[in-house]
Amino acid sequence: MNTYADDIPHRRTRRVSPEQIVALLGPLTVAGGVLWAILQPWRLTILHPLHQGFWWLVVEPPLLVVGAGVLFTLVVARPLLADLEERRATSG
Amino acid sequence: MVHWLFATGILLVGLCLLCEAVVGREVWAMRPWRRYLWPGIAFTMGVFLWPVMALYTNSAIHMYAHGSWAQVLMLAGGAELGLVHGRLRSPWWRLTWPLAFAVTGAAFLVHEQNPWWFARAAFLHHLLGWTFLVGALVPLGLVFRPRSPALRTLFALTIVAVSVMLYADRDVAPVFGHLSPLAGAPHR
Repeated sequence: MNTYADDIPHRRTRRVSPEQIVALLGPLTVAGGVLWAILQPWRLTILHPLHQGFWWLVVEPPLLVVGAGVLFTLVVARPLLADLEERRATSG
Repeated sequence: MVHWLFATGILLVGLCLLCEAVVGREVWAMRPWRRYLWPGIAFTMGVFLWPVMALYTNSAIHMYAHGSWAQVLMLAGGAELGLVHGRLRSPWWRLTWPLAFAVTGAAFLVHEQNPWWFARAAFLHHLLGWTFLVGALVPLGLVFRPRSPALRTLFALTIVAVSVMLYADRDVAPVFGHLSPLAGAPHR
């Protein structure tokens, strides 16, 4: 007879699920871009657009990061979350 | 500026790889288009490296470096497309990724003639070169252990780290307070 195991209180284990990671990746990327824009506003030529060429106004690194995060969320993360949910539902 | 555009493509590839590592290949492949997504982006970036090579002709070594990246990225992206489509069956085709990493790392190191602390661009070239060279061990490990979640996650994080380094690049800027007077006045 085991006299030890039942004396140990069951610990509540918190594990981050794949759904949570997938759902967080896009918003975290967007947050990274926004934080970058706040920390280095001079990287945003749109805030001081005079005497800037076309490409310097179009290609703004913090906005590219935000754009990548939004694109990833809409095109990749959302359908993937739906698939994860569907798989979970079918597997019981 | 071109570095930032490529950084965005690389960031998207890294995020896709991270998702694939987290959810597993079976779930990732539930929608057919998704299987082709990151290999397709990688292949397309390889194609777009050709105009970078052809239009920025300020030095021969710069052209050789970008030309070699174009070739290895198209090869690795194309091989991955062939594998996910089923046209290619041998897992040895995945050796194209460590090859691409090693060639890219060597090209970064060879085409930077200045020391680490010369300017930000020089520092990032050295850092990117060594990241790719050491990072080549990760895709090499994936050839032998393709389902390892740890290696897949590490591969994705390496790609994301590369994109961060490329975003940090600027024309002439100091790196941790160091800027050689030979580099010129800081701008952009």
